[in-house]
Amino acid sequence: MMLHALISGDRPRSRILTALLLAIFLGLLFAPFLFPGVRALETAARISVFILLAASYDLLLGYTGVVSFAHTMFFGMGAYGVGLASQHMGRGYGSLIVGSLAGAALAAAFAFLIALFSLRVRAIFFAMITLAVASAVAVLVSQLSSITGGEDGFTFQIPRALGPANRMGEFMGVQITGKILNYYVVFFCSLILFLVLLRIVNSPFGRVLQAIRENDFRAEAIGYRVVRYRTIATCISAAVAALAGSLFALWLRYVGPDTTLSFELMLDLLLIVVIGGMGTIWGAVIGATLMVLAQTYLQDLMGSAAEATAAIPLLSRLLDPDRWLLWLGVLFILSVYFFPAGIVGRLRAGR
Amino acid sequence: MSDPILRLQGVHTDIAQYHILHGVDLEVPRAAVTMLLGRNGVGKTTTLRTIIGHWPARAGTIIYDGADITGVKTPDRARAGIGYVPEDMGIFSDLTVEENMTLAAVSGPLEPTRRDRIFAAFPPLRTFWTSPAGTLSGGQKQMLTIARAMAEERKLYLIDEPTKGLAPAIVSTMAAALRELKTMGASILLVEQNFAVAKALGDHAAVMDDGRIVWTGEMAELAADAALQDRLMGLSMEGGR
Repeated sequence: MMLHALISGDRPRSRILTALLLAIFLGLLFAPFLFPGVRALETAARISVFILLAASYDLLLGYTGVVSFAHTMFFGMGAYGVGLASQHMGRGYGSLIVGSLAGAALAAAFAFLIALFSLRVRAIFFAMITLAVASAVAVLVSQLSSITGGEDGFTFQIPRALGPANRMGEFMGVQITGKILNYYVVFFCSLILFLVLLRIVNSPFGRVLQAIRENDFRAEAIGYRVVRYRTIATCISAAVAALAGSLFALWLRYVGPDTTLSFELMLDLLLIVVIGGMGTIWGAVIGATLMVLAQTYLQDLMGSAAEATAAIPLLSRLLDPDRWLLWLGVLFILSVYFFPAGIVGRLRAGR
Repeated sequence: MSDPILRLQGVHTDIAQYHILHGVDLEVPRAAVTMLLGRNGVGKTTTLRTIIGHWPARAGTIIYDGADITGVKTPDRARAGIGYVPEDMGIFSDLTVEENMTLAAVSGPLEPTRRDRIFAAFPPLRTFWTSPAGTLSGGQKQMLTIARAMAEERKLYLIDEPTKGLAPAIVSTMAAALRELKTMGASILLVEQNFAVAKALGDHAAVMDDGRIVWTGEMAELAADAALQDRLMGLSMEGGR
């Protein structure tokens, strides 16, 4: 019952999906103990943040039917907020909180302005305007190198308790460091915000958003002010994306255009939401996990596959780790072709 | 007679470069069913959509319940008490029947007495209450669109071809539900091609041709005069007279 309330009554509605989600949850919850090693923890943190980022994007794309290309810009605002606050106010929890809140507020304000100017017109204009604004901000960030560190970005210091130098003894055979503490901050903050998003999409407000996505004129004729709902959704989505960015910056102790603002990141995000399944927050969990795992481990996998097939001339060349992007692309095409409603949509339909 | 719930005066509506309504003058009396009749393509649907605000009126005025609503936005017209039931059903197929109904009650929760009255009029909606609306049959979807308009008190209903493409058995369910709506005291502007239904439900009638109202009067008068029907509507009307 409590679990039911926690997930706002939005059950996965498929046994396989439930199992997958549970596995991902437990895997992330016990990541430092199940998968020791720096790289595994790095991957787990990245998955946590990207689930939150993808879920916030799905609020816009899947639930509201608004296509935005500015989502990584909001992500970046949160990241730079924490980075700049920590740099100028000194290391400390205060800087983290002030930076996160400032980033989220800025993101929401930006989203409000963009929405105000463009949500009244056709959807394609909103997409174009977000693209233009995001590109302009990315250029601005790389130009203002005295403040932002330009293309290189900058590293900053976080509270010592969250750093790798903080050693707190062993637990279950694992050396507990500040890094692991940091991981749990990232994990639990992502989890809480994710549950908040789940609550939002399953609230009456979320139902109106879904109605608008399906038939905006009809929603208007019932009496809902479509522009207002879309604007609020855009602002919430932007603010949560910024908070995800803050967590990512906290984890990396670094901000730069490549990790937070790049257009490739935006494309990754689109793919995560589409592959996982638009219009269901659970899709973000599946999509983000698959994507980050593929990006991290596909090269390794291909390396061993190439060795195993070394005797076969063409195949081993194709499986060369340098071709990993090619295979990632093939995987995407296949999954979009076979699961047009995303993996979650497929699992639910096949129940 | 009290003042009409709705009055259109010289309403012109353009859709893109096409001039569809050429000065519609129409009165919809309170607590009665007014049939909006005419051949296909004469502007009946456009008239309804202009009243709800989907298409802006280029000229003319729309007076609703004593107030000029010509410049009012669609959601505010809806909240002022105009219920619109489109021809294409326009249900939210990803949402359940219950969620569709809950959404339709804009100003508060769906009252249980109202819900029970809807269940009585449309029993299948009770059966499929928690199913996604997209899985309903065509007739059930149409029931849901009407039921949605009944989710809360509306002063004026604009209903566009509620029986179009439905099986005869469902047509009579639909007609019964509309009659129920009428006995609840609602004012209804109804576009209907099925003349038998129109005859059974209508109190007043307005006939359109080429973007104008060309005849208004009592439905009984029109139903009794075959020559008038032929002159006004040609042979496009279906059903017996």
